[in-house]
Amino acid sequence: MATDLNLQVAGIKDDYKYGFHDSEEHYAFKSGRGLSRDVVCQISEMKSEPDWMRSFRLKALEVFRQKPTPTWGGDLSPLNFDDIHYYMKATDRQGKSWDDVPAEIKNTFDKLGIPEAERKFLAGVGAQYESEVVYHSLREDLQKKGVIFVDTDTAVREYPDLVRQYLGSIIPIQDNKFAALNSAVWSGGSFVYIPAGVKVDVPLQAYFRINAESMGQFERTLIIVEEGASVHYVEGCTAPIYTSESLHSAVVEIVVKKHGRCRYTTIQNWANNIYNLVTKRAVAHEDALMEWVDGNLGSRLTMKYPAVYMVGKGARGEILSIAFAGKGQHQDAGGKVVHGAPYTSSRIISKSISKNGGRASYRGLLKVAAGAKGSKSNVVCDALILDEFSRSDTYPSIEIDEDDVKIGHEASVSKIGEEQLFYLRSRGLSEAEASTLIVSGFIEPLVKELPMEYAVEMNKLIQLQMEGSVG
Amino acid sequence: MSRVLKIEGLHVSVEGKPILRGVDLTLRQGEVHALMGPNGSGKSTLSYALMGHPRYEITAGTVTLDSQDLTELEPEERAKAGLFLAFQYPTVIPGVSLGNFLRHAVSNVRRPDRKEGEDLLPMRDFRKELRAQMDELGVDQEFARRYLNDGFSGGEKKRAEILQLAMLRPAFAILDETDSGLDIDAVRIVSEGVNRVAARHQTGVLVITHYERILTYIKPEFVHVLFGGRIVEHGGPELVKLLESQGYDWVREKHPEAAQDEDEMEAAVRPPQVAGKAS
Repeated sequence: MATDLNLQVAGIKDDYKYGFHDSEEHYAFKSGRGLSRDVVCQISEMKSEPDWMRSFRLKALEVFRQKPTPTWGGDLSPLNFDDIHYYMKATDRQGKSWDDVPAEIKNTFDKLGIPEAERKFLAGVGAQYESEVVYHSLREDLQKKGVIFVDTDTAVREYPDLVRQYLGSIIPIQDNKFAALNSAVWSGGSFVYIPAGVKVDVPLQAYFRINAESMGQFERTLIIVEEGASVHYVEGCTAPIYTSESLHSAVVEIVVKKHGRCRYTTIQNWANNIYNLVTKRAVAHEDALMEWVDGNLGSRLTMKYPAVYMVGKGARGEILSIAFAGKGQHQDAGGKVVHGAPYTSSRIISKSISKNGGRASYRGLLKVAAGAKGSKSNVVCDALILDEFSRSDTYPSIEIDEDDVKIGHEASVSKIGEEQLFYLRSRGLSEAEASTLIVSGFIEPLVKELPMEYAVEMNKLIQLQMEGSVG
Repeated sequence: MSRVLKIEGLHVSVEGKPILRGVDLTLRQGEVHALMGPNGSGKSTLSYALMGHPRYEITAGTVTLDSQDLTELEPEERAKAGLFLAFQYPTVIPGVSLGNFLRHAVSNVRRPDRKEGEDLLPMRDFRKELRAQMDELGVDQEFARRYLNDGFSGGEKKRAEILQLAMLRPAFAILDETDSGLDIDAVRIVSEGVNRVAARHQTGVLVITHYERILTYIKPEFVHVLFGGRIVEHGGPELVKLLESQGYDWVREKHPEAAQDEDEMEAAVRPPQVAGKAS
């Protein structure tokens, strides 16, 4: 299967295959290094934004400057905010068909298999290259039903009321330093609107590609699922390898209204010089279901804890997190569930694997507010450590302010056992094949939740990640 | 062509402590042997050492399959050479279905020269064969989809071992206390499975047990008694009766030197007990 994921998969081998990069000579615009009021104004101006958007950015810049860099989670000290290009535009055009996309960029996405995946099993595709979305499409029947799937810049122009109503309403500027940074310099990302009762049967996919060195990518995604509607949104990410760090700091806000359903699947395969600091949060209303499927395989450091705030009676939240930390990687991942209404239920399942000196941490929050009676939550986090050089930590945080609740929390850390290996080897499997089988079995409960195409690729990806890890 | 598994002067240590002190045993394809002995006499050590468990160090002696020296081979190479061990305590592998695992195993063992992980046995052929074997063993078709030994009852675990035996068709099978923890019906079913495989593929079988019970179903022509880390008695089925009626006291008296070693081993290393308890 030559889907985009297949190619992403190839990229996570120790020799990262998608480390190729294109020349930046023909870029339409590239901001200087570092962040200032001028840079923010320039971005806003280039996008011909309304005043309210510009004020939003400038206010965010102030918040970003005031907030200290977090000292928990991973080591952010190598990250130099003055060394980053905050905005880069490779082309002035956005394509409606792949033929419209400039040849060099199209070539990149061809290599990543995106157009092919679109034909095969997607309802719509967005492709972001550096700061701007260069391609966007949506199946015609869905357009007719009123589904909106555009880049967020276009949404600011064409659907300003919706954007103004929701942008920053789930993740306010003040939420954290990186949310503030994103709010100041955001560009691109997806805006998805599913009208009441419309069920989008196959996934919408967005693909994010960083090409230049010391680039900061700050996409902003907003998904609104109206009453009784449903959608599955998938994102994938890759970048070339450079010696200096690049930063990816996205904000994703989601609203799922009464009886709505939303699933957001990430298969993150950034090159291992990328700092991936992302804030993702969804609000689930009455009887709504929000699911995060979060696969973190790439990046140097990821700090990401997708959240579900259950604000309506009977709302449900599910977070499935898979993290694989290889050499030089730190995956600080997990999830947050906040029960703010009665009879809400949530589940967090986290599976992490660390090998070759990698570090995988689970960081989670489970909060039940007073009055959220009859709520249920179950948190399971399992870690598998493949060798003595690797590390796994668990940081669960639980705050319960209601008595009438059912809470379960389990955590386990295991090493691949000598006895498991011997058992499989005695049946003719090599040590490498046996380890791979044990690892794929370990993540099986999560992989089986993925749509077929992604499940197959996830297994392939794990297999590749495992290659060369034994012996 | 009848193949021969030959164990000569085998000494095995676990974490530096000697357990086996010179075992000699020859099995030919199509033969059924029983190895009996009290708890801690080294029976499981022999089975693990034959299969190549990394913690079981062969300090002297040889194990050959036909002319091939097995002692230098990895466990998977021994499996490919035609050796199979039915575990006393099969290991739980969560998330890996019995069917998927077995397809890899069977592909590797039947076609050892192909590139690993690729070119597996065609799904249709494999499934058909697996279904037929499951029917013979009287297990539900659902069995193949369950995770390997995960949540299996004692009987299910042993049936899964015999199912693997039937699919892998080894030249030689070692059954390590396959009867332990099973009720009488389960012992019968599992034994019948072994007999069917042995008859079909001329498998040489080594039944390791300390109870007579399983030997009423799998009838050995040759019976050996392991005591103090060596084989002290060889005989036929009459030896089983003798042990059943008189226990091991006479063995102890007849072989005082072995008895002394046996007592020392009492405190020594036990076989690894993984993934929960024997059931």
